[in-house]
Amino acid sequence: MGEPSPAGVERRHLENAPVRVVSARVSLTTRLRNLLERRELLSGLISSDIRIKYKGSVLGLFWSMLSPALTLATYYLVFSIFLKNGIPNFVIYLFSGLVVWNLFQTAVNSATGVIVDRAGLVKKVSFPREILALANVGASVIYFLIQLVVLIAFLLLVGHQPAWGFLWLLPISFAALYLFTAAVAIVMSAVTVYLRDMRHLMEVVLQLWFWLSPVVYSYENSLAPALHRHGLSVLYFLNPVTPIILTFQRVFYVATTVRSTTTGAPLHILPQWSLTSFFELDLGLLAVTVIVFLLALALFGRLEGNFESEL
Amino acid sequence: MVDVVDVAAVSKQFRIHHERHQSLKERLLHPRSGTVEVFHALDDINFRVAEGETVGILGHNGSGKSTLLKCICGVLQPTSGRIHLRGSLAALLELGAGFQPELSGRDNIYLYGAMLGFSRRMVDAIFDDIVAFSELDNFIDTQVKFYSSGMYVRLAFAVAVNVNPDILVVDEVLAVGDERFQAKCIDRIRRFQTEGRSILLVTHQADTVRAICDRAIVLDRGLMVADGPVAESLRIFREHLMGDAARHDERVTEVRATIESVSTPSGSFEVRSGAAMHFDVAVSAETAFSGNFVMEVFTRAGQLVSRSDAQGAPINLVPGTNHVSVDLKEIPLLDGVYDINVGVVDHLGSTVIAWRESAASMQVLYDGREGGVVELGPVIRQT
Repeated sequence: MGEPSPAGVERRHLENAPVRVVSARVSLTTRLRNLLERRELLSGLISSDIRIKYKGSVLGLFWSMLSPALTLATYYLVFSIFLKNGIPNFVIYLFSGLVVWNLFQTAVNSATGVIVDRAGLVKKVSFPREILALANVGASVIYFLIQLVVLIAFLLLVGHQPAWGFLWLLPISFAALYLFTAAVAIVMSAVTVYLRDMRHLMEVVLQLWFWLSPVVYSYENSLAPALHRHGLSVLYFLNPVTPIILTFQRVFYVATTVRSTTTGAPLHILPQWSLTSFFELDLGLLAVTVIVFLLALALFGRLEGNFESEL
Repeated sequence: MVDVVDVAAVSKQFRIHHERHQSLKERLLHPRSGTVEVFHALDDINFRVAEGETVGILGHNGSGKSTLLKCICGVLQPTSGRIHLRGSLAALLELGAGFQPELSGRDNIYLYGAMLGFSRRMVDAIFDDIVAFSELDNFIDTQVKFYSSGMYVRLAFAVAVNVNPDILVVDEVLAVGDERFQAKCIDRIRRFQTEGRSILLVTHQADTVRAICDRAIVLDRGLMVADGPVAESLRIFREHLMGDAARHDERVTEVRATIESVSTPSGSFEVRSGAAMHFDVAVSAETAFSGNFVMEVFTRAGQLVSRSDAQGAPINLVPGTNHVSVDLKEIPLLDGVYDINVGVVDHLGSTVIAWRESAASMQVLYDGREGGVVELGPVIRQT
């Protein structure tokens, strides 16, 4: 889109203005460039998303901090006092996985129906449609950051040191998380246009997915031995959310082996991988998610052509 | 002068599902059932719009004009063909479609601007103009859901025209708001024209096209049937409208009538202001028909001067040539050339049986001192 000149009565000169082409197929590079050009719309949609959510509430964005803080407090009470499972500082373990999962789940859940919900807009205004799904992912990222702040505040409160040496892995695994979440959100938003009950299916799938990810339980402690015996460990790691959660847990929870607070026996909580292994795993995952993201964009482009007759 | 819009071989097909299965269960149960019909909304459309040109797209409902416009705006992708656009484009398709009811007018201006592709900085620069144009100064921080529909539309129109696009696309939105706001919109469109911006206007109102456009395109069932001067395109548009009405209305299918000629006894269409004039209109009919005779008079600028009441002039056509005489007593028009359209419509005035656009041009000579279109002859004295 060209820069509109300020109001005036001089005749404009459009010989050098950029030319846009509307045609049946949009190449992937054009798609990416369009997305980049419309980042201002993306940020506008994200901020309107968040503002609408807290419109008319006195505490505003503070609510989104209060809610995870309360969750954290509840988990602390439940798992450290009432239902002792023997894992020390279990709340930190749980919460560092949960922030990752929450980002993925809220983004995918909200993006799944977004094109159907905003059909009026999709049918009337021209903009890259995948921005709607990306805006939902963006809003989830904001909430993710807020939860991270709560987690860090909690760490400071109880005086728990993160694994400083592993800290720089976070940006890499976060990038992978973002790309993977965005890819799933974009594809699901388009598929729901054709199959309306995807929304309900997705809720069920996400619940199942949650239990396939090591958030509440420890993979090393409960599943690893059994899976390893049957040679199924690889299957478990096909879930791209798992390595990301493990990285976050390694950074924030730190300890790989702890002594049970109830029986005193050693418990393997996290994989004993070295920093290099984690780095290679995260980097490999990032490369895979870049490809998955591009595939998702291409798939969206194919599905988008018939939106008009389906909405 | 460069072309700002270049539509090349654009076709659009829609797949219409009969018995559509939109849930997963239904799709699994009926993998292949449900017939799909392909509907050709646009068929090989070609035209260009030059910089500074105002082009009207005419067509009745279902002719594909809105589909074409949506393709140009990029809301729809053509099935085949390409559209090249030069410069920025703002579309007034459905006003306020991008608004978030929960947000204030202020927030919506920025969001809508972003949707049209304008940065925050650019919207900042014209924010005051937008608010002034919309006349919503007192409500700009009110949530849009509390706006009346008129306020809603005013805000949307204000954003779209004040972002100063190189190409403005308008889809029958001029009929919104009260009369004063409408006049303001037309005014703004005229300013756009003097600034050399291009406008694409979709409508089925011939008057609007006559008043604003340099050129008009006529679509009929997905095909482009005319692209040329406004008067010529309007003639074709009316003919197609007539053909269509005959197809749809069983009762008048047999009625075929044509306006053969419009003449004056002297053969001259020159008349002095205030004098009388007599026309003889020859209408040939294949079957008997009783309906109403309609006459319209337009200025060259496209302003409607008079349209005779369709209810008031009944005529009975017999097979063969019929003659209708029109007497104008004391023509009060001032100096200028006036185009006359004549036609025959059914009793309800809804179906056109015969129509002739610009059937005659009347040259009015006036040597008085009044200006304008009509002589009122005011008597002015100081009391």
